Amino acid sequence: MRIKNTIIFSLISSFFLIFLISIWKILATLQGLNINSFNIEVLFILGLLISLAHLGIANRIKSIYKSIIFSSVFVFCDGYLIQKLPIWYNVGVFLILYFFSYKIGKYSFIGLKEEHSTQVILFDFLTLFGILFFSFVILFPFYMMLVTSFKTQIALLVNPLDFSINFGQDIKDLFKSYFVIFKSYKFGKYILTSTIVSVGTVIITLLFAIPAAYAVARLNFFGKTFLSTSILIIYMFPAIVLVIPLYTIFSQLGLRNSIEGLLIVYTATTLPVAIYMLQGYFKSIPKELEEAAILDKLSWFGIITKIIIPLSIPAISSVALYVFMIAWNEFLFSLMFLDNPNSFTLSRAIQYLSGDAETPRQYLMAGSVVVTLPVLFIFVYFEKYLVSGLTAGSVKG
Amino acid sequence: MNDTLANTEKKTAYILTLPAVLLVFSIILFPIFANIWISLKEVELKDIRIPEPRAKKILKSVPDEPSKIKILYKLRNSSLLQEIRDVSFKDNFPKNFEIEKLDSRCEYIKSSLKCEFGNWPAKYKENFQVIFTTNDGSKIDKKTLKSIKPKLDGKSDNILLNTNFTLKNFKKVLFENEFVDLLLTTFYYTFFGTVGSIVFGILTAQMVNQKFYGRTFMRSVLLFPYVAPVVALAYTWELLLDPNSGTLNSLLLNYQIIETPINLLGQKYIEIGIFGFDFKLRLALTTVIMFEIWRYFPLAFLFILARLQAIPKELYEAADVDGASPFQKFFKITLPQITAVISILFMIRFIWNFNKFEDVFLLTGGASGTRTLPINVYQQGFAISDIGMGSAVSIVIVVLLLMFMFFYFRLLGKRVDEN
Repeated sequence: MRIKNTIIFSLISSFFLIFLISIWKILATLQGLNINSFNIEVLFILGLLISLAHLGIANRIKSIYKSIIFSSVFVFCDGYLIQKLPIWYNVGVFLILYFFSYKIGKYSFIGLKEEHSTQVILFDFLTLFGILFFSFVILFPFYMMLVTSFKTQIALLVNPLDFSINFGQDIKDLFKSYFVIFKSYKFGKYILTSTIVSVGTVIITLLFAIPAAYAVARLNFFGKTFLSTSILIIYMFPAIVLVIPLYTIFSQLGLRNSIEGLLIVYTATTLPVAIYMLQGYFKSIPKELEEAAILDKLSWFGIITKIIIPLSIPAISSVALYVFMIAWNEFLFSLMFLDNPNSFTLSRAIQYLSGDAETPRQYLMAGSVVVTLPVLFIFVYFEKYLVSGLTAGSVKG
Repeated sequence: MNDTLANTEKKTAYILTLPAVLLVFSIILFPIFANIWISLKEVELKDIRIPEPRAKKILKSVPDEPSKIKILYKLRNSSLLQEIRDVSFKDNFPKNFEIEKLDSRCEYIKSSLKCEFGNWPAKYKENFQVIFTTNDGSKIDKKTLKSIKPKLDGKSDNILLNTNFTLKNFKKVLFENEFVDLLLTTFYYTFFGTVGSIVFGILTAQMVNQKFYGRTFMRSVLLFPYVAPVVALAYTWELLLDPNSGTLNSLLLNYQIIETPINLLGQKYIEIGIFGFDFKLRLALTTVIMFEIWRYFPLAFLFILARLQAIPKELYEAADVDGASPFQKFFKITLPQITAVISILFMIRFIWNFNKFEDVFLLTGGASGTRTLPINVYQQGFAISDIGMGSAVSIVIVVLLLMFMFFYFRLLGKRVDEN
């Protein structure tokens, strides 16, 4: 049992080490370093040796010294294999190895004889591997988006793998793509349009949704169940089947290429989920509060503005943020309804930009950064509210 | 007394819900039915543009006479197909303007020029010129003159409103549109995209449900692809996967993993040989599905994580006492607890992936074997400009969707009955 576990442990940990070092090498290659091989065989053998040595040495040396020794040995071997690499690369390798030996530190030769320890090892390493793998897979495109926007066309042609940013250069050269898209491509205007459309959608949606949600949550009327089920069903209908009729109608009414047209469509498509989310929250507010208000002869308007809204600020803000995000990210309708560059939203503008094969990609990426940053910022800052919105509204997407 | 109270309640409820209901019904429900109407007609994109009378105003100064100006209006019917009846024209001028020679169709009253041009046939064009002088001899300011736009009006027929119907569009959609291939592609895209995102959702949720340093940060990061704008993400992926200078291909070439670049988004098939079996993989479609999974697994993650955190800890503690292994715990406790969420997620994501347009459109535009039904709506309606065909494809989508929903609610109903 112990032998089997030892073999499995050393195999898995060396695979894990290969994975860690490979990611580091990819990132280093993208900084313009000339690394042509992963040296997987060598990494594998080193990983095996280190994990076996770790089990062998056990507690005879303090774990810090042990980690430092392992890391230094590895850095030495690795540095010997691929020479002429800058110091920061080797420091990175050292830190990764330190992390690695810290992670394998909790396994000991004695512990490996326990029942299920094979599965525990597998589970632990898979979790660790998963965390790093998914972080890498998700963040990598965002990272590339950002660094590409700081490069120039020529630099990328000379070496398509060199994404290092030269911070020493003039601020104007560094942010050149951003200056260009704001100056030559009128991105300032598009940001304004996108903001107006998104904020406008939020305001109108709330104006329509709060009273309707209140009615659905509290009042008895004929057709209530029909209304609340049809809201959900309507919500399942995709934008793509609405596009052609709306296009024809909007063409004839002259609503294409106008902010009003977008506002109408965005509000209508986000209203169902807004009502659905709000009524759920309104139902959780104790009824007694309103009964007191009715005794005070408050009208429904008074009840909504003086009791319901102040009590449901969290729900309203999560609806608002969710709707803002939907409107800001929306692409299909802006593609269909806007063909005049003067009324473009940000998403549409970027798509338009990409339609021209001559557009350098760093401009495209700068535009992408500009459209992505506000959403990510809002998301990270208001995560708590947005996550509840996403869960409720996730029927859509 | 009670009766009136109930009545006012009803009335209030209708007043409160009416605006929302009206808006949603007119923008969502009405178009779905309008699709049926349009799909039964042979309409093209150019037919739905209402013919408009148009005038382009061109100013020409007269040499040596600063107080005189020639104005040329290039008049035309915007439609190549339909005539416009009773065209009227109106343009305003500064107060000190006087007209030289008035056309017989026009009159000049209170410094505004009004004309009745009668009927314009399709493709009609006319150059209409007037000359003005200022009555006080002052110099003419071209800028203000240019900023005043002439107004034109006219009547025309609307093709959409007549009652000639035909089933031609449906015949074309079902028999001349490679319909089976279209359905299969849509199905592959939907099914594998859904399954993939759920599998990754389970894995990540299981991961994040454990305690580790940076867990809340990880949770935010995992949701990034879902909250970021699709346009930005699609173009970033396109850049990464580009065969000529894309990062992925450059990296693979650099490490000598491949010898020639792979066009991941532009190649329909790739030959793969495993254990002597050669088969063709639909490469571009696979890539698009990968993007789809990448973008939507966060949603599955969010749902499943919420469910995982609601599983009582006692279950795991009891399992520990019984000496269960981690895998046993996962398969015997966790998985049964999340099957309900997974089945709901599967249905929801299936329906939504089935309708997904933006992702495929931005990545491949429907080329190299990635043409799904929603893409086809766009291609028919806007690329080929056949609005009627586009609507017919939309109808097909709606019908399939209703079938899914029927099954979905059937399933949901059963589940509710069971509990």
